[in-house]
Amino acid sequence: MASRILGSGIKRREDPRLVTGQAKYTDDIVLPGMVYMSVVRSPYGHARIKRIDTKKAAAMPGVLGVYTGQQLKEAGFGPIPCAWVVPGSDTKTPPYPPVAIDIVRYTGNAVAFVVAHGRSQARDAADAVDVSYEPLPVVVDGFKATQPKAPQLHDGVPNNVCFHWHVTGGDVDAAFKSAEVIVKDHIINQRLIPNAMEPRGAVAQYLGATGEITLWSTTQNPHIARFLISLDTGIPEQKIRVIAPEVGGGFGSKIPHYPEDSMAIFASKILNRPVKWTESRSENYRATIHGRDHIQDVELAAMKDGTIVGLRAKVWANLGAYLSTASTGIPTILHGLMLSGVYKIPNIHEDVYGVFTNTTPVDAYRGAGRPEATFMVERMIDLLAHELKMDPVAVRRKNMIPPFTDGYQVATGLTYDTGNYEGALAKALEMAGYEKLRKQQAEMRAKGQYLGIGLCTYAEICGLGPSQVAGAVGFGGGLWESAIVRFHPSGKVNVMVGISPHGQGEETTFAQIVASELGVGVDDVEITHGDTEKTPMGWGTYGSRGTAVGSGALMGALKKIKDKAKTLTAHLLEASVDDIDYADGKFFVKGSPGKSKSIQDVALMANVAWNMPAGLEPGLEASSFFDPPNFVYPFGAHIAVVKVDAETGEISLERYIAVDDCGKVINPMIVAGQIHGGIAQGLGQALWEGAVYDDDGQLLSGSMMDYAVPKAAFFPKFELAMTETLTKVNPLGVKGIGETGTIASTPALYNAVADALAPLGVKTINMPLTPERVWRAIREARS
Amino acid sequence: MKHPVSVTVNGAKQVADVEPRLLLVHFLRDTLGLTGTNVGCDTSQCGACTVFIDGQAVKSCTVLAVQADGAKVTTIEGLATNGKLHVVQQAFWDKHGLQCGFCTPGMIMTACDLLQRNPDPSEEDVRHGIEGSLCRCTGYQNIVAAVREAASQMKA
Repeated sequence: MASRILGSGIKRREDPRLVTGQAKYTDDIVLPGMVYMSVVRSPYGHARIKRIDTKKAAAMPGVLGVYTGQQLKEAGFGPIPCAWVVPGSDTKTPPYPPVAIDIVRYTGNAVAFVVAHGRSQARDAADAVDVSYEPLPVVVDGFKATQPKAPQLHDGVPNNVCFHWHVTGGDVDAAFKSAEVIVKDHIINQRLIPNAMEPRGAVAQYLGATGEITLWSTTQNPHIARFLISLDTGIPEQKIRVIAPEVGGGFGSKIPHYPEDSMAIFASKILNRPVKWTESRSENYRATIHGRDHIQDVELAAMKDGTIVGLRAKVWANLGAYLSTASTGIPTILHGLMLSGVYKIPNIHEDVYGVFTNTTPVDAYRGAGRPEATFMVERMIDLLAHELKMDPVAVRRKNMIPPFTDGYQVATGLTYDTGNYEGALAKALEMAGYEKLRKQQAEMRAKGQYLGIGLCTYAEICGLGPSQVAGAVGFGGGLWESAIVRFHPSGKVNVMVGISPHGQGEETTFAQIVASELGVGVDDVEITHGDTEKTPMGWGTYGSRGTAVGSGALMGALKKIKDKAKTLTAHLLEASVDDIDYADGKFFVKGSPGKSKSIQDVALMANVAWNMPAGLEPGLEASSFFDPPNFVYPFGAHIAVVKVDAETGEISLERYIAVDDCGKVINPMIVAGQIHGGIAQGLGQALWEGAVYDDDGQLLSGSMMDYAVPKAAFFPKFELAMTETLTKVNPLGVKGIGETGTIASTPALYNAVADALAPLGVKTINMPLTPERVWRAIREARS
Repeated sequence: MKHPVSVTVNGAKQVADVEPRLLLVHFLRDTLGLTGTNVGCDTSQCGACTVFIDGQAVKSCTVLAVQADGAKVTTIEGLATNGKLHVVQQAFWDKHGLQCGFCTPGMIMTACDLLQRNPDPSEEDVRHGIEGSLCRCTGYQNIVAAVREAASQMKA
């Protein structure tokens, strides 16, 4: 039974507390004497602060203090650090003060903050802070900001270019000279707002007597938060405890260390009482990071038979007004290195310009860099197929990397771990009934109806990653994970892990691993995460690394437990340790299964320690650190089927087929859930979502009324299947699954719409593909 | 100037003096400490704060506490009886209808309301019926499955 629990879709142990409302999110935390913080934010995209008058606000009912950036600075609270500076990229890191002092650089930039007894008192007083601004010229577009005479955001950053980075493999210029056909596109991978359903929040509790600070935070990575907070607040790391209680989704937006952490800690320190800050949704849209926002010029070179010989691109990546925690790594390492996709592209060159603009900082949003790479490659493949009048499946097959189990190096320098791309594609085509769909398409076209079939065959880089590589690519931290497994005398188990899930279900997944490996009941295992005081160091949950890296640490600890249990069993049964075998929760003498000890027996004997062999320490507890030797590269094939109404531009999403391969599947129900959610977000980008700024830097899509978070009725039922190609990068052979759906679905859907409209001669339409845009594109093509 | 209100919440009468501008959701969360009902937006789009008022699902951010004076309110905390999950809660658990769980209390209340009005909803009925509640994690597929599962359990 124990061995079957791995791979079983058991129900999540997280859910009872969540479906009953008993779960505690950050805003649910209530502490004695707690007071509330509210932030005053700039209504201007770019302006000089002339004066901040706090007198009226300070005199309002319940107000305990009104604070400015200058006060934070004087108290030793430094700029928000950027934790990823890509080497060889001349990155400029202008200071990011948690609260603006002289100049505001985006709407939503904090200029002051207020603390009061009541939530609404704090809000009222924040509204009463009188700030005089001198508006400055604004630029919001990542390309325009680099042009002559564009408004300049930071001293020492000419033309707003934060960095120029490039990736080169092979000889791309020679490839383009030899090419028989070249296709080009200008792609706008639009800015998105992550929209975790729980906005951000913080509760800071400073104890003056001990100098200790506890921060309840909506973070995906409490240990990183503690490290960064120690750097910019000056509070020593051992005095900081960060707790990520229940966290209501993140999608990357809760990775960064944010200014409000510093403000709440400062206020708690000054007032010596707990301070709570809860972001409103409209505030979230301005003050929490955005994602994507690339402008891409792309060329693909090929021969007439469809063989690709080179890919060349130039990208302007809009970074927003300041560098958020991981922002420079997203459009470089996580984007540029993935431009080979699942194809043999021998020559690749990409220039990436990271650009400052008067917009909310941009950082990791689900997929982070890989959606921008995959969309580019998959779009170009389809444009090539169209140009050569070939089936897009044929072009993909012509260039696809054949199945491999021992690594495959692509031109950008990465070595993919394992892959069987054709396997996933074949399965998806079969599920879709591809040939039949093409026939149906031809019949419908004859009747003036537009059916489109879109493909995306992808691989992505995740399970971040080897720490040595992290260091080499400029990431300011490690990327290993750790776990502690502790057996109690009763045979029950506590596991403490460094990762910090926030919806991904690893409490269940990890309990399944423990139960499977040691034969304990799954309900006998408790998994603890998200508290720097209770859990060992870990680098957090993002980049689809929770299970891919975290399970490696857990497996390491379980192996140590098993080894110790064998030693103790051998001693108790007076056998040689080499003669002890393990199966289904029992340690037994080879050939005599009757002579055995259960893991519970061993746990008791180890804990009471009445009869330990010489040299063996009491207790049954193990700690392990796992640093993977490589990233993992999940892959798959997605197919979207759409109908487009040529009269209205309306797109009807008929079917969506997803075949994904994340290596070993531990809980198929949870894996499917991750894929569903990912697909919905990726389709959201293709069809509905987009952050829109006007030329003055006002966020027009500034509330949930204006930004289209998809609803249930927008989607058909997704058709899913898995293939299972194990990786050798970690003990269980698992790859990440958190981001694949988002990476694959945007290009699959876009390609379907482009395919539907091909007979009408429609060229590029910018996402989101709203009916208006599609209708205009059709009208333009017809005229 | 505070106003007295008397609201029956999950079967218990609650009396308090509240500011006229206090939203019902903040009354539930901050005054009564019933934090199961969440706040996900400030424009009444997300539905995370959905509760029952006099038997109907209502977004509690669209109602002032003073407007709920005399009403019977049921929140997610009041759904289970004697420690046994409500059939909709159970179905959300069984069908993996949640991930981060933040939208879940509101989504469950919305689903209860839908099933009251339409005990045998089709897939499409459910997708339209829960449109007032947003979820960013699940892509809704398993939420739809959970609501339909609850419907079939209720019939059984």
